[in-house]
Amino acid sequence: MLYQLEGSQAVARAIALCRPEVVCAYPITPQTHIVEGVGELVRSGQLGNCQYLNVESEMAAISVAIGSEAAGVRSYTATSSQGLLYMMEAVYNASGLELPIVMTLGNRAIGSPLNIWNDHADAMSARDAGWLMLFAENNQEAADLHIQAFKIAETLRLPVMVCMDGFILTHAYEKVDLPEQSEVDEFLPPYKPEFSLDPENPCAIGAMVSPNDFMEVRYMAHRRQLEACAVIDKIGTEFSAKFKRNTGGLLRTYHTENAETVVVAMGSVLGTIKDTVDDMNQTNGNGKYGVLSLVSYRPFPDNEIREALKNAKRVIVVEKAFALGRGGILAREVELALKGLDIEIVTVIAGLGGRVITKSMLAEVFRQPKGNLVFLGLKEDAIRQEYKTVLNKGGA
Amino acid sequence: MFQVRIHGRGGQGVVTAAEMLSIAAFLEGKDAQAFPSFGSERMGAPVVAFCRISEREIRSREPISNPDAIIIQDRTVIEPACAFDGIVDNGFVLINSPADVETNLSNARVKCIGATEIALEQVGRPIPNAVLLGSFAALTGVIKIDSVIKAINTKFSGKIAEKNVKAAQVAYERTLGEM
Repeated sequence: MLYQLEGSQAVARAIALCRPEVVCAYPITPQTHIVEGVGELVRSGQLGNCQYLNVESEMAAISVAIGSEAAGVRSYTATSSQGLLYMMEAVYNASGLELPIVMTLGNRAIGSPLNIWNDHADAMSARDAGWLMLFAENNQEAADLHIQAFKIAETLRLPVMVCMDGFILTHAYEKVDLPEQSEVDEFLPPYKPEFSLDPENPCAIGAMVSPNDFMEVRYMAHRRQLEACAVIDKIGTEFSAKFKRNTGGLLRTYHTENAETVVVAMGSVLGTIKDTVDDMNQTNGNGKYGVLSLVSYRPFPDNEIREALKNAKRVIVVEKAFALGRGGILAREVELALKGLDIEIVTVIAGLGGRVITKSMLAEVFRQPKGNLVFLGLKEDAIRQEYKTVLNKGGA
Repeated sequence: MFQVRIHGRGGQGVVTAAEMLSIAAFLEGKDAQAFPSFGSERMGAPVVAFCRISEREIRSREPISNPDAIIIQDRTVIEPACAFDGIVDNGFVLINSPADVETNLSNARVKCIGATEIALEQVGRPIPNAVLLGSFAALTGVIKIDSVIKAINTKFSGKIAEKNVKAAQVAYERTLGEM
């Protein structure tokens, strides 16, 4: 049924439809409305015997999720920014222990300096933690990806992080089609773990692994990441067949056939990018532009990206995070996927700490990027002034 | 696409106004997107919220720089917020003020209404958002007053909803009468 909802409420209701039995979270902006929404649904009895634990920190939130999931219970948590960093030790444990937790990450910049607004620095900090990471373009996708996430997680015995842009999606009202409970029940059967902690049948998980076997354990985890591509794709296809919406899978292409330039991005900026590209394609003399929306960042679908981009002359990667002193993170991964092909790759760092990204800014950089690493809308005057001040203070 | 920018101060229901407007448009079968100027929603601080209404899918998420309509919930933010910037030719400007406000806008349809006064009279609280949406429905014709009423009832319940509905209706009738 169609609703006009805040993104956070759409996700809260999607989570409820997945019938988790443990929800544990610590509030942090901009994730707060999601966990408040889930809490409300638990309190009103709509989640049956679900336990909502309002814990004392993010470290506790992920630890509770690990404990309950290890006991064989479908578990959910959510966080943002510093909250994810505070969890991080146990974030690695969750994947190492093969626990299919689903977590929403309301993407927000990382301090210092303190900033509560959106970028993808938080997600990038977890890129090697062994979680699957899916990015939502709009609130429909955010809701649908969570429903798929539980199924993907439990199929693969791997935790899944669903990333949605803080404020831009979490606080935006838009139309969302939420499925009926019976339909979700058909799609996502009750969780039946292969093994779980049970006092009647004692066993241990998380034992120490010696140098003799550690490498093999890690290699097998690597293999499962690679195999995850096929599972995400299959479950995405299953979802779209059942719910008549193509909101999952590894990636989506938009006018990429015959495009000379293809823009690659993740998350909510894709809507603005698609509108920009439509305008540019209607104006003669701009060449042809297409868009690749990357849904699955982990696993990284190298083959599918290569196939989708192989005929492009130029690929422009717009990303909301970067490695200080190095440049683009996503762009380097795209570059690796395109290795050996004669394609120019441009990195556009955009929207850091919530900096506005407009169609006109994008059109300008898509038409004529100045160099291979562009910081969109960077105030160069302010930087020159700052350098002057610093030099003067130093007595130079 | 019809784009609305709402200016006011934290505590006046600026963000809620944009959300209700989007619900009203949704109830008429349109696509609508509402979002705040993120993070600045402190009591008393200048706040901006946006709403796009369209017959087609809305994808762009940039802030609205060329609004078809501007709603001013608090006239003291007009100057510091450059609240009239980018208004389209022949656009609508709805200002919460019992007396006319000098705007220097030659090419806009400006309407002033004492929304806080109506809110105090009807609701007993100086929150002008629902009142202004009633007036907006009359001024622009972009949404129906019935949809505004349904949207108010989605966001509020009980006596508060009832009183806000009444306040929006009063503003709607008054605005129609003065056009």
